[in-house]
Amino acid sequence: MALTKAAMAEMLFNELGLNKREAKELVELFFEEVRDALAAGEDVKLSGFGNFTLRVKNERPGRNPKTGEEIPISARRVVTFRPGQKLKARVEAYAGSQ
Amino acid sequence: MNAIMMPSNRTVTKTELIESLARKQNHLAYKDVELAVKSLIEKMSLTLSVGERIEIRGFGSFSLHFRPPRIGRNPKTGDSVALAGKHVPHFKPGKELRERVNNGAAADMEAN
Repeated sequence: MALTKAAMAEMLFNELGLNKREAKELVELFFEEVRDALAAGEDVKLSGFGNFTLRVKNERPGRNPKTGEEIPISARRVVTFRPGQKLKARVEAYAGSQ
Repeated sequence: MNAIMMPSNRTVTKTELIESLARKQNHLAYKDVELAVKSLIEKMSLTLSVGERIEIRGFGSFSLHFRPPRIGRNPKTGDSVALAGKHVPHFKPGKELRERVNNGAAADMEAN
């Protein structure tokens, strides 16, 4: 089961004693803050987890995969996530079920 | 590259994020907001470390990608070293985040 905003709010309710409405609002606002910063052109650094950085991509030639028609992919700004050392180390240890 | 589309170098840190949240939720004590944000981040790390996904609608999803075992080299000696397979965290931005980030860049361009 994937971790969702609802499960995060539930955790804040159970472990921190925020009421359900506060917990839900805080989770919502947390992601909204990160999104606002990125939309405003700012990188976001969450120590212990990782950094969200913005990259600008130039226009490049593309193709409609259905028709094969050539169409340029316009220049755009995109978000990339770079996991921090601590997160990488914790995840690396996961043996997995593959 | 269009210089106007260059992202600014400004970076928002976890502490600044907590401060901003605390200002908006001023019915909560700063300490509680701080603890909540730290708990959220710890929960997200923990989730990934046990191989589970994170799915935040409108923001994006985090999952693990597997890097198969490979033969690496010690760059100093040139010796071959067997490297075990490992998992690495991966983030896929959601539609709303993608659009807002890209529209933010377009708005900057128009403003200039």
